Amino acid sequence: MAQQNNGASLNHPPKPFWLLAEITYRCPLHCAFCYNPTDYATHTQNELSTEQWIKVLRDARKLGALQLGISGGEPLLRDDIEEIVAEAGSLGYYSNLITSGVGLTEKRIAEFKRGGLDHIQLSMHDITKDINNFITDTNTFELKKKVAAMIKEYDYPMVLNVVIHRYNIEHIGEILEMAEAIGADFVELANTQYYGWSLLNRAQLMPTREQLEKAEAITNKFRERVGNKMKVFFVVPDYYADRPKKCMNGWGEVFMIVTANGDVLPCHSARSLPGLEFPNVRDKGLEWAWNESPAFNKYRGDDWMKEPCRTCPEKEKDLGGCRCQTYLLTGDPEGTDPVCSKSPTHQIILDAIEEAKNPQIASRPILFRNDKNSRLIADGELSEIVKPFHALP
Amino acid sequence: MSDKIRSDQVFGLAKHYRFQWEEAQGGYVLLFPEGMIKLNGGAGEVIKRVDGKKTVGEIVADCKAAFPDVPDLEADVLAMLELAVGKTWITLKE
Repeated sequence: MAQQNNGASLNHPPKPFWLLAEITYRCPLHCAFCYNPTDYATHTQNELSTEQWIKVLRDARKLGALQLGISGGEPLLRDDIEEIVAEAGSLGYYSNLITSGVGLTEKRIAEFKRGGLDHIQLSMHDITKDINNFITDTNTFELKKKVAAMIKEYDYPMVLNVVIHRYNIEHIGEILEMAEAIGADFVELANTQYYGWSLLNRAQLMPTREQLEKAEAITNKFRERVGNKMKVFFVVPDYYADRPKKCMNGWGEVFMIVTANGDVLPCHSARSLPGLEFPNVRDKGLEWAWNESPAFNKYRGDDWMKEPCRTCPEKEKDLGGCRCQTYLLTGDPEGTDPVCSKSPTHQIILDAIEEAKNPQIASRPILFRNDKNSRLIADGELSEIVKPFHALP
Repeated sequence: MSDKIRSDQVFGLAKHYRFQWEEAQGGYVLLFPEGMIKLNGGAGEVIKRVDGKKTVGEIVADCKAAFPDVPDLEADVLAMLELAVGKTWITLKE
């Protein structure tokens, strides 16, 4: 009998439920907390064509993918998004456009409705214009409000995603009230996780434990008041958790990402891991990538685990946490996620929390996600900032 | 929503929810923003009949006709509907 793990058999790999299509890394916003790779600028010239994306959608659907996220960068920067959406609709995906709202027009949203797009997830940043514009390094506050109204007008579920960090965590009550006022159906309060640009800006973005607890209490109170009218997800940041997250619900278990340039990944930041060659849809195709590629099989199951995870009674719950975070912070891709209080490297997390309290470090300028900074990082010119990590975040 | 389900009530899928057969999953699924529920065989058969038109009584009768050999089907169907209401997958039609 095949070895069982997380409900999946190793001899017969699981099926990908989710496909995240990061169709472009180009973005008009420059968010300080963006999880995109810091060297994304090296992948903006070789985006997949419309035909290639359509083939990705067809092949992933055949593999079992059902939920589709169309993301980026800003997906609306592609001119062929309407074609991609229509293909997804005809294939029976439950499709979601994940957007900043920049580039969403009446004409396009009507086209999406015709094409069968199921929902639009809009990012919001704060109730204040100042903080919205500061953290995204753009002037987009008014535009987001207009887009929210348009989403409602076209009878889409209103799904708001608010990334939470030090600059807006104190406004969480007002943010929820704003969401209620504009008629949101789902609100995701996503506490920043530290990957990509947010890892570089960690000391500047991380709230204190007290701020976090207060925000969670306010959220719970709000939930009690609104009941089922609005679903509020509060994503707890793992730095303040005692146990790591079951990252991606397991490596190569349910989630598959195809990046702008066609790389097929089990998670957003997998390319930062050492010794792995990720498949590209231009080469052998998705079925091989998901079922056969060495990269997708590398951390499936738990054969790769070391102590203390290997004999931990909780190993099925979190599968040892996140491989990318563990490698970036500790240098060992097979170690225990340092977030875990049982990890021999847990001190790294405690130090990072302390560092964020140090006013001198926390007041350093934020490195915004933009092409110039990305190129500087890719060219090794910001090595001081990248130095604390074992790979480029 | 602690009220008992009555046989004359009519339920429909909650707004923005989608229900479909998935060949790859070998079963029915319920899709909604940020999530998906894979329904087991019995649950799928019940939710399939929740169409915003049939009354609860009609759904029970329909299930009994489709699965004549299953004992206590009515209780199972009502329990499934109650669960679905509690999870906000389905809502009462006015």
